Amino acid sequence: MSTQDDKAKEVSADGVAGPIILFFILGLAASLVFGWIIFPKLLYSQKKQPIDFNHVLHVEAVEEGCESCHFFREDGSFSGIPKLEQCVDCHEDAQGEDPNEIKFVEEYVANGREVPWLVYARQPDCVFFSHAAHVKKAEMDCGTCHGHIGESEHSRVYEENRITGYSRDIWGKNISGLKKHTWERMKMDDCAECHATKEIGTDVETLPWPINWLPRPYEKQTGNQARVKTVKEACFVCHK
Amino acid sequence: MKIGRRSFLSFVVGGAAGTAITPLPWKLTDDSSIWSQNWPWTPVPPDGEYSQSDSVCTLCPGGCGITVRKVDDRVVKIEGMKGHPINDGGLCLMGLSGLQLLYGPTRVKTPLKRVGKRGEGKWEKISWDEAISEVTKKLADIRSNGESHAVGSIVDSESGTVPNLFKRFLTAYGSPNFMTMPSIQDSYGMTLQLMHGVSAQAGFDAENADFILSFGSGIIDGWGSPVRMFKANSAWKANGKKVVQIEPRLSNTAAKSDKWIPIKPGTEAALALGLANVIITNSLDSKKISQSTGFESFKKLVQNEYSTDKVSKITGINSATIVSLAKNFARASKPLAICGKGQGSIPGNLNEFMAVHALNALVGNINEDGGVWAVTETDYIKWPELEMDSVAESGMQKERIDGAGSEYPHAKSLLNRLAEVINSGDGSLEVIFVSGANPLYSMPDSKAMKTAFDSIPFVVSFSSYMDETAGNADLILPNHVYLERYEDVPTLAGLSKPIVGLTRPVVKPQFNTKHVGDVVMLIAKALGGGMADAFPWESYEACLKETLGVKWDVLVKKGFEFNGDKCILEGDFNFYPEAMKSLSNFSPVSVEGSVISYPLILIPYDSIRLANGYIGDPPFAIKAVEDTVLKDKNSCVEINPKTGKELGLTEGRYAFLHTPRGKAKVKVHLYEGIMPGIVALPRGLGHTAYDKYLAGKGCNFNELIGPTEDPVSGLDAAWGIRARLTKV
Repeated sequence: MSTQDDKAKEVSADGVAGPIILFFILGLAASLVFGWIIFPKLLYSQKKQPIDFNHVLHVEAVEEGCESCHFFREDGSFSGIPKLEQCVDCHEDAQGEDPNEIKFVEEYVANGREVPWLVYARQPDCVFFSHAAHVKKAEMDCGTCHGHIGESEHSRVYEENRITGYSRDIWGKNISGLKKHTWERMKMDDCAECHATKEIGTDVETLPWPINWLPRPYEKQTGNQARVKTVKEACFVCHK
Repeated sequence: MKIGRRSFLSFVVGGAAGTAITPLPWKLTDDSSIWSQNWPWTPVPPDGEYSQSDSVCTLCPGGCGITVRKVDDRVVKIEGMKGHPINDGGLCLMGLSGLQLLYGPTRVKTPLKRVGKRGEGKWEKISWDEAISEVTKKLADIRSNGESHAVGSIVDSESGTVPNLFKRFLTAYGSPNFMTMPSIQDSYGMTLQLMHGVSAQAGFDAENADFILSFGSGIIDGWGSPVRMFKANSAWKANGKKVVQIEPRLSNTAAKSDKWIPIKPGTEAALALGLANVIITNSLDSKKISQSTGFESFKKLVQNEYSTDKVSKITGINSATIVSLAKNFARASKPLAICGKGQGSIPGNLNEFMAVHALNALVGNINEDGGVWAVTETDYIKWPELEMDSVAESGMQKERIDGAGSEYPHAKSLLNRLAEVINSGDGSLEVIFVSGANPLYSMPDSKAMKTAFDSIPFVVSFSSYMDETAGNADLILPNHVYLERYEDVPTLAGLSKPIVGLTRPVVKPQFNTKHVGDVVMLIAKALGGGMADAFPWESYEACLKETLGVKWDVLVKKGFEFNGDKCILEGDFNFYPEAMKSLSNFSPVSVEGSVISYPLILIPYDSIRLANGYIGDPPFAIKAVEDTVLKDKNSCVEINPKTGKELGLTEGRYAFLHTPRGKAKVKVHLYEGIMPGIVALPRGLGHTAYDKYLAGKGCNFNELIGPTEDPVSGLDAAWGIRARLTKV
């Protein structure tokens, strides 16, 4: 026995199923477009470096490669981006006619002002990272983390995350968080790639929890994976 | 096709499903967590090259060594210097907060000339040349009128090159009115002068003492060299040494002592003599000392006038306690008695100092391990003899405005008398220089001091900060702060060995300031003639280098210098100097006010968290003050619950505190640790100057109390004042 109500349901089900699926797909498509294409554009603002810097030119002119300008201080700490003081060694006056160099000399050298460089690789302030341990002890190349920056003729656009204020380089250009090369991303997982897999003897210390595919500090040590030495305070080795 | 509710929901569901497979939610989660860990107001030291330099803290007379940590040119932390003989790595709250005095908003950034009324806060920025010529012109006029003695200066202490430059300046100019901020050092110095006939400060081998009898000294509240005393106190605790604290209030020091004996305030001298009586009567005194001059008279005095019963009545301490305290003290192998209330900013009653020193002598601890030694004034300042012209000579023959050296022959400086002398019309000044001091805040009856300053036509402040005195000056010639300048820091504050430290510029001057030493010399040079000749140095730094001679290299390298040996307290010890005769009939230093109008007694107390000298509490330190000391914007008074009950005042109630000198709104804090009938108020609050973090918080104790002249020394001996509490 069918009632009028049942009929009405059947009719409506037949007639509405199409639009429901269509709208589902529309919603799905719109969110995919938003999430993958529009969202990254909204999330990052584009900034230009104060001076367009040519690494190629500088690397050719110096003798010790990256370390000529990005050197280790006497106490073992890493100097990072050079201060004006080092630049002035060569650029007290403009050496050529490049408008960028002239701007640099006139605006910064002449006034004794530091260049407000935008740092692509700057980590949040709570992150502790020792260049010495990686470059000196583990003998890693600068390029492993920083890529082929030494081969750039112009400064890239600096993309600043509007929420965190940090560079897009940390999360990586690819919004999905996937990467092809080691230097395309600088999140904790990327540190973990070495720290979770290297074996004892290579002096790499394993990251502790919370990354769930890593061995946890309270677990018994298995295999030949190394641990951060002081397990109790393991988090604070990197997170200050 | 009909677009209805279902279509919309389906769009939303599709959108949600789609969003879940985009990076958006995961990326936002990650970003928001980073955002929440990096609030923009969280101070983060800048990236850069780390370096450290050693220097000396000058925020109190303690002379602690500091290690200043920098990132590039920015100071990021001040720590105690490891291996320094005074503080060995330790540092107090004020020392740690020093950064805020360097970078804080209270700095005077350039020479300022008053344009509005005094104290109105309207200033004109002027150049150093203008500032110096302004002062020079004034001084030249006064000098040519033969009024050179009408110029005075107030500095923080009398030792070191900067105070001596001021002294030399005034001498060459022709004025004897070189005044210093008062402290217990004045009383200790005078005690040694009267009882030993030597010019020295008392040094205490506190670390080696095994029974410490403190007559209200705030051992862990900032007395002496504070970090050193903290360390000594910890060592006493660790090694089972005894500390007995005698004061009417359960201070932090009393709370941490082995025994707290509440005493009627102002009767400490009687207790000391009562203890001496018990010691002599029981033959517990050191036999060596009984041969000393005046011993028999002293013995007669204490036996006749300070019997245990009598002392018990005077002090309110029961007889058995007095006897056992005396016996325990005398039987200890290295007993040590110290006095000077709280942080020691009020010189106090000279009789009390002499009585306590006599007690030390009686148990034979002078020049002994754990006892009292001499700390002599540093002797490295050997400048060429001054050639005074006739104006200088006649000016120097005039009596000092404060009566030191004339009315009170033993005193060197009596700043506590200045306000009254000026306000009563007995004397006047034309110009006053103030350096490293804030008398309009920190002198008793600060309002009277302000009135006195109002009648001085030209007030010049050398303060680095916009403090009360600077705010009421006509001209401010800002000094570098201690982290920006060289200066010798001789430290005498109760240390057993004299030590000289060197404060040095760890950063470049942040503003358009000048070293006060340089400014004094520039003014002298601008005045020309004999004044210019009196200062043959090119700059303060040159003067300091020459003065320190071979010490300079040591100080630059190590930051401090001291002779390893303690100094013998020489001279013939006199148990019963003339000045002590007034004790033949004991009467406590009187407190101002009548019992009928003011039934209570107000006493101050000091806290290690409150600065009450030249500097005010930096923001970091004022945050550390407890709710029972400063609540919201009101100082809290401590009263005994019994007193509270009598007055109908309960915890947290507002009340008016009246004294013969002033009135303040306060909050009531009921506290078992204070004797009934007594009201205690913290010192160091109630600033009207400095920054918004300090100004307007609580009330200034100094506005409620007036100075009381000690009959012998002339120094301020006021330990309290009569008071009344009324409900709001």
